[in-house]
Amino acid sequence: MAVISEETIDYVSILAKLELSPEEKEQAGRDMGRLLEYIDKLAELDTGNVEPLSHVLPLENVFREDVVTNGDESSMILDNAPEQRDNMFSVPRTF
Amino acid sequence: MTKEFETVIGLEVHVELATATKIFCGCSTAFGGRPNSHTCPVCTGMPGTLPVLNRRVLEHAVAVGLAANCEITRHSQFDRKNYFYPDNPQNYQISQLYLPICRDGYVEIDTPEGEKRIGIHEIHMEEDAGKLIHDEWEEGTLVDYNRSGVPLIEIVSEPDMRNAGEVIAFLEKLRLIIQYLGASDCKLQEGSMRADVNLSVREKGAAPGTRTEMKNLSSFRAITKAIESERERQIDLICAGGAVTQETRRWDEAKGTSFSMRSKEDARDYRYFPDPDLPPVHISDEMLEEIRSRLPEFRTEKMRRYREEYDIPEYDIEIITGSKHMADLFEATVALGSQPKKVSNWLMVETLRLLKEKELDPEDIRFSPSHLAALIDLVEKRTINFTVAKEIFEVMFEEDVDPERYVEEKGLKMVSDQDALRKVVEEVIASNPQSVEDYRGGKERALGYLVGQTMKAMKGKADPACAGRLLKELL
Amino acid sequence: MDLLSLTAVELGTAIQQGQTTAREAIEAVLKQIDKTEEILHCYISIDRKKALEEAEGVQRKIEAGELSGPLAGVPAAVKDNLCTEGMLTTCASRMLGNFVPGYSAEAVLNLKRAGAVLVGKTNMDEFAMGSTTETSAFGPTRNPRDPERVPGGSSGGSAAAVAAGECFFALGSDTGGSIRQPAAYCGVVGIKPTYGTVSRYGLVAYGSSLDQVGPLGRTVEDCAVVLEAIATHDRKDSTSLAREDTDFSSALEENVKGMRIGIPRDYFGPGLNGEVKSAVLAAAKRLAAEGAWVEEFDLGLTEYAVPAYYTIASAEASSNLERFDGVKYGYRAEGGGSLHEMYKKTRSQGFGPEVKRRIMLGSFVLSAGYYDAYYRKALRVKAMIRRAFDEAFARYDCILGPVTPDTAPRLGESLADPLKMYLGDIYTIAANLAGLPAISLPCGKNGAGLPIGLQLTGDCFQEKKLIRAAYTYEQAVKKGGQTGDEGI
Repeated sequence: MAVISEETIDYVSILAKLELSPEEKEQAGRDMGRLLEYIDKLAELDTGNVEPLSHVLPLENVFREDVVTNGDESSMILDNAPEQRDNMFSVPRTF
Repeated sequence: MTKEFETVIGLEVHVELATATKIFCGCSTAFGGRPNSHTCPVCTGMPGTLPVLNRRVLEHAVAVGLAANCEITRHSQFDRKNYFYPDNPQNYQISQLYLPICRDGYVEIDTPEGEKRIGIHEIHMEEDAGKLIHDEWEEGTLVDYNRSGVPLIEIVSEPDMRNAGEVIAFLEKLRLIIQYLGASDCKLQEGSMRADVNLSVREKGAAPGTRTEMKNLSSFRAITKAIESERERQIDLICAGGAVTQETRRWDEAKGTSFSMRSKEDARDYRYFPDPDLPPVHISDEMLEEIRSRLPEFRTEKMRRYREEYDIPEYDIEIITGSKHMADLFEATVALGSQPKKVSNWLMVETLRLLKEKELDPEDIRFSPSHLAALIDLVEKRTINFTVAKEIFEVMFEEDVDPERYVEEKGLKMVSDQDALRKVVEEVIASNPQSVEDYRGGKERALGYLVGQTMKAMKGKADPACAGRLLKELL
Repeated sequence: MDLLSLTAVELGTAIQQGQTTAREAIEAVLKQIDKTEEILHCYISIDRKKALEEAEGVQRKIEAGELSGPLAGVPAAVKDNLCTEGMLTTCASRMLGNFVPGYSAEAVLNLKRAGAVLVGKTNMDEFAMGSTTETSAFGPTRNPRDPERVPGGSSGGSAAAVAAGECFFALGSDTGGSIRQPAAYCGVVGIKPTYGTVSRYGLVAYGSSLDQVGPLGRTVEDCAVVLEAIATHDRKDSTSLAREDTDFSSALEENVKGMRIGIPRDYFGPGLNGEVKSAVLAAAKRLAAEGAWVEEFDLGLTEYAVPAYYTIASAEASSNLERFDGVKYGYRAEGGGSLHEMYKKTRSQGFGPEVKRRIMLGSFVLSAGYYDAYYRKALRVKAMIRRAFDEAFARYDCILGPVTPDTAPRLGESLADPLKMYLGDIYTIAANLAGLPAISLPCGKNGAGLPIGLQLTGDCFQEKKLIRAAYTYEQAVKKGGQTGDEGI
């Protein structure tokens, strides 16, 4: 059974912003290997002449008009903030 | 080393579109307001919320594409660009990668070697990020999402530019086109136009080298300096036997140098995929024609028309049409009945002088056409003299005051009472015997001095021509 | 009157006729909750005070003649991934353990407009990822038919609450079978409508191109009436459709004469439990007896639906769940550190193992070098599956099959082998990939007394055909008593 390498797991966890313990990494490598092996089943199908279908409905051109509909909702917006100051969300420094 | 290097430059230009609301929600795009006062669950990435495209954004993007000779993508879609950063509330930006709305265009710029065509690879629509503010109290960062979701177009040029001069010419040309369209005010300082510079060097005739991307360039000056600096850095690296790393660098204007923005947390793998929340956009023939029919008169056509309609010098035409705002102002003032030549004079002399003095762009002009027309009228009717008019103009330039009202309030009307003027002139003659003598002795210049004295005594409210005539008469 | 023995529509009618009140209805439900909730754990949160107030308000409106309709005053439950203004909305995750939205999902607003009284928010698999309701951060829900077994998932709390009389109907969400499968395990009815029929605004997204909100109820009629109430065109959801045929209750007729029903042979292979198989085939026979024209056919591509689904759903989920980062709402890990440390700690502590597994898989299939081989490949297979259904619906009005390969498993049996669990979705997933409507309804029980589900899948916008067929079958069973295969 295919096992995904630790490097790949490390790389994907950077993308996904997840921190995995050594055991979790090992488990993730096995799980992902098994799932990908299963997903590889799709390769059996010849899809050469098939366009990828992202939107299942034939919908297009859904617009809104350029009219302001929202007022100052900042108290509701900030209501759930883990940390805030001066009506802003507070995060560890980025500068 | 006698190697000769060529610089290859491409640009990614972000332009904030002039819409009333954000790209995917009904929040205002107005500047200012307290932090997060222009936000809603959609533009702050609240769970379960969904985007709906602002029709104006699409119309602006297509119009810019048409003006830049692009092919319009009839079946376009939005993609998600995934990366974690707190200014981006969903941790993905809705943008366009696979099917950008416009492709394969160009604009023409003037270079010392003649006209040059700069290719436009693509134009795509996307959403702007929020603002990060350094929190001095807590050594942290504060996030304001007022700008989050403000509509942008990103114009990606081909790597067709070879020096800073061409880059500036390209940006100025783009800015003019977009301003003419009314799609944006394109102000670099305020960030409504932002240019990232992709630059590589190569030995003449060789294959292109590795490029870097430079960000945080907020003026033409910074762009010019950054290009120079990055070109030298890359040449030094290569000449020292090193290699240029493909990376993003941040320009530090104060230090006059750039820094790598690389970090190990930054995998630069954006995992783009079509946004399932936004159905595709289909530009039909009718939509395209509708947008095309609304395109304004661009500069070349405008210049041609000015030559035919207005008797003003070619130089004036070039300056006035060089700014959509100035051209609009000119035409609106003329439409109110002012003489084109007079309007043009006010714009070319006093307006340009004040703009230069105050380091402003023509787009920053705030006075209204009706007030300029009124001022011209006041001079025309000899209600005020030109010196007073210039003073009023300065106030008008700052505060857009109504000149008629201003003249009234400040009592600046010329004294038309001939008796009063005669009395002052007599006084001036009496108190300046030397000048009177000089004039009578044939020194024409002395008359000018006496006129000046008269104007001074009248606190500027006299017609100097009138005063001169009277002086001559009495002498 | 034993209120709990009534269907939602019967209760609503009784309230309209003044035979009972909204207050009595909510009290009956709360009393039942007192009896069974401790064991079953259908709900994550229940707001009794608010529910009673709401019932009083609705009753006043009914009496003032301002509110009529079959759902006015009827106690309802809502899956905890649908936002409810001022009420905790957790998605059964530690990540949103304290999240109180300032807005409501459009489907919830529609229920309120219809006068339904919200009992509480139901348990589910974390972020709707799971088939058993065991991945909930707040502990599993138990199946009211057998508390040693799972209720299914991810809308397990909603299905169990309906089955246990802890509400009269419930809303769930269905991304790969999450309404239909728990409905089958708990012996209730569930509908996954055509994609775009119910607004997704306020539904916390899992796989955006697959997610649909739908009803769970005791009868086909209840589900049709609830779907009619929640199916509206919503300008806040760009994928919401403006349909004019949402009068679903008009399809409640006993008439399948001439209806063409196809049974895919592919669905009856070795993976299917024998008792489930015979119950489903017996149901087909009964529909044939009612005048439907039933035949077997080869649908094709069945085995490719699950791998395509897990690729697409995981990819979308990895992106949809990026917003949970400890900045704007929800959980933030303690302990300071840099921005990226905060992100990683928050997400690693806030998400459970199944969610992390899908985020990892989804991030991988979208990453540089794999996008074409996995994600785009899956979208091409999705197109092929859609085409296979198009061909089938050129010949049949609906497709009949099982909902699940087996009946409800015991608690703790499924999570050990994720792949096996995913394979359990084999019959339900294709409807999500192709955007099709499907209904799950009871068609008997196995020897152990566990409910078996029958699934009818229709072409896009053909909910009425499904409702008509399902209603006909349901009434025929009621009238005709039980056949051996269909159990009780």
